[in-house]
Amino acid sequence: MIVYLVRRVGQSLLAVMAMAVLVFIGVYFIGNPVDVLINPEATQADILATTERLGLDKPLWQQFGIFLGNALQGDLGTSFVYGRPALDIILERLPATMELALVALFLSVAIGIPLGVWAGLRPESIAGRTIMGGSILGFSLPNFWQGMLLILVFAVLLGWLPAGGRGATTEVLGLQVSFLTWDGLSHLILPAVNLALFKMSLIIRLARANTREVCLQDYVKFARAKGLSPRRVVLVHILKNIMIPVVTIIGLELGSMVAFAIVTETVFAWPGMGKLLIDSINLLDRPVIVAYLMLTVLIIVGINLLVDVIYSLLDPRIRLSEMKG
Amino acid sequence: MTTHPAAPPRAAPVDSPTRRIIAQFMEDRVAVLGLILFICIAILALMAPWIAPQNPYDLSQLNIMDGALPPGEVSFGTDMTYMLGTDQQGRDMLSAILYGLRISLMVAGVSLLLAITVGTIVGVTAAYFGGRLDSFIMRVVDLQLSFPAILIALILLALLGRGVDKVILALVIVQWAYYARTVRSSAIVERRKDYVDAARCLALPHRRIMFRHLLPNCVPPLIVVATVQIAQAIALEATLSFLGVGVPITEPSLGLLIANGYDYLLSGRYWISLFPGIALVLTIIAINVVGDRLRDVLNPRLQK
Repeated sequence: MIVYLVRRVGQSLLAVMAMAVLVFIGVYFIGNPVDVLINPEATQADILATTERLGLDKPLWQQFGIFLGNALQGDLGTSFVYGRPALDIILERLPATMELALVALFLSVAIGIPLGVWAGLRPESIAGRTIMGGSILGFSLPNFWQGMLLILVFAVLLGWLPAGGRGATTEVLGLQVSFLTWDGLSHLILPAVNLALFKMSLIIRLARANTREVCLQDYVKFARAKGLSPRRVVLVHILKNIMIPVVTIIGLELGSMVAFAIVTETVFAWPGMGKLLIDSINLLDRPVIVAYLMLTVLIIVGINLLVDVIYSLLDPRIRLSEMKG
Repeated sequence: MTTHPAAPPRAAPVDSPTRRIIAQFMEDRVAVLGLILFICIAILALMAPWIAPQNPYDLSQLNIMDGALPPGEVSFGTDMTYMLGTDQQGRDMLSAILYGLRISLMVAGVSLLLAITVGTIVGVTAAYFGGRLDSFIMRVVDLQLSFPAILIALILLALLGRGVDKVILALVIVQWAYYARTVRSSAIVERRKDYVDAARCLALPHRRIMFRHLLPNCVPPLIVVATVQIAQAIALEATLSFLGVGVPITEPSLGLLIANGYDYLLSGRYWISLFPGIALVLTIIAINVVGDRLRDVLNPRLQK
């Protein structure tokens, strides 16, 4: 187990390093790094001073060392726009994004799995076909357009829910959360549904395919032959066995939800770090872009690592085959 | 619960595998409808300059008096009817959509061809030579696929700036890995077969074995992945343009048209962004329906 863990952590570090190199090349190599890293309104003396401070007169490999050293100490530069460390600004926005992603994940699982199992049990029925048709729609509607439709219907035409913003928040354990007040919750519903729909379609298809497979297994036939109630067969025998692939996907999709939140946050003006990224790209606030990227890479790699380790704890075959390979 | 017996195959016995596949494909009415829809959309996009009521980017044809007219209104200057309304600059939305469709499909199509080329070469090479080269290439592919496509594309465009060529480049970089992985996994199975050994015994050059013997046998899964990916590419390009990092304002794709109309959506002028969105979604649905059927017909082991 320890060998596996060390190997897997090593791979993750390599992935983070590879992304750091790419970010470094992207920001420092394409175009003049002075233009990229220094406020365009700076004076000549400022530019010289900053060039020296950032070590931009040194050879490239040394510069990379400095970039990496600073990054490890949590220094990813100072935002041009806010005049504060870029990482602090991102971290302030992180809870809003995580809340959105987690609520969306919950929605997609809580709705996706029952629908998928239902469609898998009766693949030829009208309900089953409708669910599958709906999931094709969920796949096909681009995230941003689907969000706009939600706003058009529920905010503009019906006027039930607000079109954007976060609304009132309450503090729980030092974090600002929305879902405890009605105002916050009403702001949260549309963005969460928007972010959830794509993943929901994915989970529906996965759950359906697996249910169909599991239904043909001998142990399900045996459970039925034994006279167990259909309810028990579905809830215990089928559900348990489809959960293995579903759980893996859920873990991996959490990372991609953080990335897809960029779109949802922009459409709904949700004050998370994805919206901050788009604002920073438009304002050319590059230190914030770099900080966002490095943090997101860390989150995604971290989640992948966690899922793999949990999975290998549950299923020893993976651990063994990885060690051989 | 009752189990339904599988529908008996209705296709008449035909000779070549291609004809069998086409016959099977035609059995599904929804898929045929999707294919017809896609062909119509592609023709409309190609013919845009000839069939559009006006050239939406020729400023002399625009009349600012016609700004933000709802669908069905008649122009103040000429007696032209705006079937789908106009945007804030008095541009006919139908024409703008036809031109936008053209750019969306062009960007997705070119990036698809480039990404398939790169991915296929890399994938076949990895499978054919195996060993360290293979494991190195697959590490890179896995590393890239562990990050969401939208994140990679967004960062690339944030660094490179906007432009049609840059969007294409970003889409190629995002997508090549899917093709490399698909081709590699089917080529690695084919590689062990006797005809490859036979070709090697004839001392044919590696390149010839790779592309004339191995590659043709890896095509079916490639087609399935390509249909999924082209729908993804269209959606991704639209998303990037919507976020303001995609195509420039001078060459608006459907995504940019939707973004332009977004500000007017809340004030009730829904048509400026609703109709381009419907065009976009119809295109993507048509491709996805065709892809779904192809997956069943060609029946490869599902990758990812």
